[in-house]
Parts: sequence; C-alpha cells; structure tokens
Amino acid sequence: MLKIDKLHAAVDGKAILNGLDLEVKDGEVHAIMGPNGSGKSTLAQVLAGRDTFEVTAGSVDWDGTDLLALPAEERARAGLFLAFQYPVEIPGVSNAYFLKAAVNAVRRHRGLSEYDAMDFLSRVKAEMKAVGMREEFLYRSVNEGFSGGEKKRNEVLQMALLEPKLAVLDETDSGLDIDALKVVAEGVNRLRSPERSMIVITHYQRLLDYIVPDRVHVLSKGRIVRSGGRELALELEQHGYGWIESGAGAAQAAGAAGG
Amino acid sequence: MNTIDTWVARQRERAATLPGAALPWLTGRRRNAIDSFAAAGWPTSRLEAWRHTSLAFLDQQPLAAPEDAPHPATTLAALRADFDDGGHWLVFVDGHFEPALSVRPPLPAGITVSALSEALARRPEAVEAAFGSAAGDDAAVASPYALNLALCSDGAFVHLSPGTALEQPLHLVFIGATGAADSHLRNLIVAEANAEASIVEHHLGGGNTLATVVTRVQAAQDARISHVKLQQQDEQSIHLANIEAEQARGSHFATHSLSFGARLARNDIRTRFDGEGCETLFNGLYHVDGRRHVDHHTLIDHARPLGTSREHYRGLVDGNARGVFAGRIIVAQDAQRTDAVQRCDNLLLSKMAEADARPELEIYADDVKCAHGATVGQIDDSALFYLRTRGVDETHARQLLTYAFAAEVIERIAQDALRRHARAALLSRLPGGALLEELL
Ligand SMILES: Nc1ncnc2c1ncn2[C@@H]1O[C@H](COP(=O)(O)OP(=O)(O)O)[C@@H](O)[C@H]1O
Ligand SMILES: [Mg+2]
Repeated sequence: MLKIDKLHAAVDGKAILNGLDLEVKDGEVHAIMGPNGSGKSTLAQVLAGRDTFEVTAGSVDWDGTDLLALPAEERARAGLFLAFQYPVEIPGVSNAYFLKAAVNAVRRHRGLSEYDAMDFLSRVKAEMKAVGMREEFLYRSVNEGFSGGEKKRNEVLQMALLEPKLAVLDETDSGLDIDALKVVAEGVNRLRSPERSMIVITHYQRLLDYIVPDRVHVLSKGRIVRSGGRELALELEQHGYGWIESGAGAAQAAGAAGG
Repeated sequence: MNTIDTWVARQRERAATLPGAALPWLTGRRRNAIDSFAAAGWPTSRLEAWRHTSLAFLDQQPLAAPEDAPHPATTLAALRADFDDGGHWLVFVDGHFEPALSVRPPLPAGITVSALSEALARRPEAVEAAFGSAAGDDAAVASPYALNLALCSDGAFVHLSPGTALEQPLHLVFIGATGAADSHLRNLIVAEANAEASIVEHHLGGGNTLATVVTRVQAAQDARISHVKLQQQDEQSIHLANIEAEQARGSHFATHSLSFGARLARNDIRTRFDGEGCETLFNGLYHVDGRRHVDHHTLIDHARPLGTSREHYRGLVDGNARGVFAGRIIVAQDAQRTDAVQRCDNLLLSKMAEADARPELEIYADDVKCAHGATVGQIDDSALFYLRTRGVDETHARQLLTYAFAAEVIERIAQDALRRHARAALLSRLPGGALLEELL
C-alpha cells in the first residue's frame, strides 16, 4: 500500500505541493485530475525520485519502506514505474538497448535471471505488437523523432515490460487520438491485478471511460481538494475546473481524500 | 633540451640521409622550410590561431625515445586482428618504412601505393607536384609543418589514375617504438578524376616523443576520398598534424579525426573547393583526461559555388584536461548556393575540465545556407533521471549517455570494420566500457 502523508514539495523555494494526502491500496486504480499547474506532474516526479523537487515536509510510506529515502533507480527496481508526461529523448541510445538495460536491472533486483538476447527480443516484440509499435522503433534512438503518440506507446511498452507494483501514469492520454487512447487504456487494463496499484493522472475524464478507476481525486494548488468515485470525474467534466477553484466543489471535500 | 638551434642542427645532420637527398627541388624546399621554422620558432599563444595551445614549452622539453616499448609486430598484430579486409597495410616504425611488417597485395593497374621514400627513388617527378612547400603558408602559424617538411623521413605516397578505385581501405600504421625521440611523416594522396579510395591512419606508441604528420590530399574532378585518422599515441607524447585537401569540381572528401591519445594533440585540418559542387565532411571526436590537451583547428574554404560542407566535432573532456575547437568557414563572393553546417559540442565530465569551441564564419556570398553552433555542457539531467527511473543506476546511466554522445561521431564512419574498431577503441577508454559492450 502507498500512503502519502501531508506531503509538501518545492522547487527553487516555490511551494508546489502543499500538504497532499493520498492512500492507494494494493490492486486499486486511482485517478488524479486537476487543472494545469495544480501539481500533478510534480507529485508524479517526486514519487519517482526527481531531486530537483525538494520535499519540505511529509512522508511517503510504501509497504513499510520510506519511499523518499530511496534513490530513483532503487524505487524503480522495487517496482515503481512512472510513465512520463514528456518522455525524454536520448540520442545515440537505441530503444532496444535501453529496454534491455531497464528490464535486466529490474530482473536482477528481483532475483530473476537476466534475459538473453533471444528471449528478450521475442518478449519485447510481443509487447510491441500489443501496443501497436512497429519493430523499427527498437532500433531507433530512445524517443528521438517519435511523434507524441509514439512516445506514449513507448511508455506503455516499458510499463508492460517492467511489470511494476505501482505505476504512475502522467497524462499518458494527452495529445492522443481515440485509437491511441484505447491502446494505452488496454495496456493499463491488461496490467490490472490484485497486487498492482496504479495512479492515473489525467486532465480529461475521457480516459476514465476506458480505465475505470476505483477512486477519483481532484488536485488543486498542490492539495487534494476532493475525492470520490467515478461519478466525480463526470461532475468535473460538467462543471469544469473553475468549479473546484472557486471553492464550491472543494467545500464538500474537506477530509475526503484517501482510499 | 630542444632549442630551435638544436632542430636546425638536427636537420643539417640528417639531411644527407633523408629520402630524396639527391633531388635539388626537395633539398631546396627542405632548406627553405627549416629556415622558415628557425625564423618563426614554435607557435605561442600570441598568435590567434594558437591562442589556447602554445608550443613554447617545446623549447624546454627534453624528448626521449621510450626505453621500453612493445615490439611493433605485436602492436601491429593486435591492430590487424580487428580487420580481415585483405587490404594494404603500410607500416612505419619511428618514422621509417618497415617493408617486412607491411602487407602489400597486388593492386589493380593504374594505382600506386608506396612509401614516400620508394616513390622519391622511383618516380620523383610524380612526387614533386604533390609534395607541397612551406612557401604558401603563414610562416609563424604553420611552423610545425615547416619542420615536418624539413625533417620528414617517410610516409605514404598514393596515386590513383583516372577512374580507378582501391577496393579495400589502405591502412597506414605509424608506431613509435624505442628508436627515435621525434618522427616526421608526410603522406601524399593524389586522386585523379573519378578515382576513389579510403585511407586510414593509425598513430600508436611514442612515449615522451614528438610526432608531426602532414597528410596532403588532391582530389581531382569527381574523385572520392575518405580519410580517417585514429590517434592513440602514448599519453606522454605530442602529436601535431596537418591535413590539407584541394578539391576539384564535384569531388568528395571526408576526413574523420579520432583523437584519443597524446599529452598534446593539435590538428589543423583544411580543404579548399577549387571547382563547383564539391562536398566535404569533417567529422571528429576527442577524448582527453588528466592534464592532457587537444586542439582542432579547421578551415573549409568555399571558394567556388554549389559546395556542401558538413562539420561535426564532439569532445569528451575529463579531469583537468582541455579541449579546443576553432572552425573557420570562408564563403567566397561568387560561391553562391553554398550549403555549410558546422557544429562542435563538448561534454565536460569533471569540474576542472575545460572546453573552448569557437566558430568563425566569413561569408561574402549572399545566396548561402550556413548554420553553426557550439556547446559546452554537462550530461543532460532529464535523460539521466529518465534512465534512473527505469532502474539503471546513476553511474551506468552516466557512462551510457557519455558513450552515446560520442558514438554519434563514430556512426558517421562508413566502413563497418573501421567503425567497429573505433567503437571498441572508444569503449576501452571509457569507464564502464565493458558494461556497454553489448551495445556493439
Ligand atoms: N522545474 C520547475 N521549476 C519551476 N517551477 C516548476 C517546475 N516544475 C513545475 N513547476 C511549477 O509548479 C507548478 C505545478 O506544475 P506541474 O506539477 O507540472 O503541474 P501539472 O502537471 O498539474 O500541470 C506550476 O506552477 C509549474 O510552473
Ligand atoms: Mg503535468
């Protein structure tokens, strides 16, 4: 279980997360929605271990370990995965090498044998097919010259290969047409299992037609101001984020965060 | 000690035994060259072209042949193991041609591949026009290459008749062993119309020695010459190199400089477009660490219209080392529809490392496309973080990104075996290279 307690984070002395509370139990899928600039990506990056964000107060407990004490790579090996809102281009590193280095780093940590070249290739090709990526993307540099949709598929591919315990998807749906959106949603749904939890960050409720969340939270100014079931996403869609920011929607939210 | 007088005396001493000593045109040029060198001395930072790289220290610097060095045959065998191309290998040890170590399969008619000493003995008239002189150069700026002319004891001479092609790359191997404290080599490549060849220079060994090398390329109409210089000399040595091409209409010249060894390496690389529609690629990678120093000075002279040039240099600078790049492009007034791109990017791998990259464009024509850029920076933080979120530890991620940055230069080398060899040479220098081996 993931338990975020009164988390505060800042960058260059500017507070971005202001006492964020959230609990995600094993097997649950939580959606986080919120206007631009509300701190969604900051939360995702802090969970993944980006040290440009300074955690100024609060804690994150993950199955009894202090998540914030671990360097990014150890979080990943322990089963945390972040699908980036803006996946990074790495010229000169082939996607194949990248994927293999990642998968083997994680497998080593889990006490599994490393894949040899052949096993890895057949596994990765099967997963690529599932997310609708052509094989040539294996031999291109990581994300370099990929379209927005191709980058997002590549994130879902990595998620499928790394089999995380906790996946955080940061606006994996934004900028996708409906077909690509379905592919991403299928990728997520395939991975749903009683041991695996997910935090799906999205700006639009559209994705939640395909990934049905257990809980929906609304983030505003670095705090969760409202939590509810699926229907909260529809309500938001109807009223717009102004509804939250004006305080009307948030008023009913006090203390409602959490699983 | 090696004062300027010592060099002059040395030239006098050696003159009678240098190749072509009986040829008046050559002895005359050698005399002019040593005079020119004596008058100018070593270039110092007072000269703009040597601002970051003074050679004044050479006056105080005792040079010595290494007391101990691997047998050249051993060095050569290790190198040749990476190639099974059945091509030509001309081997020079301490500045002198070694026929016994060289490999010389039969050549198609119309192609000469020989040592300069052989060519000067057999057909000096063919050498004369290609040899060059110290006269046209700015004496102060080019003084090391005047010294080279005065003292050069050998090198390669390649002549390609019209329409001929060397099927396999020609390897020129220069090994510094226990026999000399200084060596001076001169390579002459003459490609007539439509001829084609690929030439690779390997510079190895050397100890605390000085090596100068001048490579002159003449590419006639539509000729295609590819040239690679892989400098892996001992890390106490000094390497001063001048690569100079003249290109006729429609010719293609590529020169790759991989500078890994030497305590101080300077490369002056230039080409001039003497006809329309020439193409050139200048591609280079340097890696320096410790207190070492590397400097590339390039000049692409778009003297005629419709020329295309691409220039890509990358540097890995570690420790207290310094990397210098200055790239000059001249586009003459009537060189319309020139297309030139120049880039130099440096990765600083330590706090004390330093890099200077300076583009210099002189454009006198109005219908041209010229792009240039130079950067000095560190490993990209977001790429590093991205890799770490995928479980790759920070050390390995840094090594991977460093290698990837450098490898882009190597990927421009067209021949497979050579590219593989260059990659392996790079990996063997970088920490964590073994881990990255699976990239190959
Ligand atoms: N690296 C950064 N430096 C400065 N400000 C930042 C940085 N990252 C995010 N911010 C600021 O923090 C706030 C929240 O950003 P973000 O977490 O990206 O929001 P969201 O993902 O919800 O759109 C914004 O005001 C943004 O400008
Ligand atoms: Mg965001």
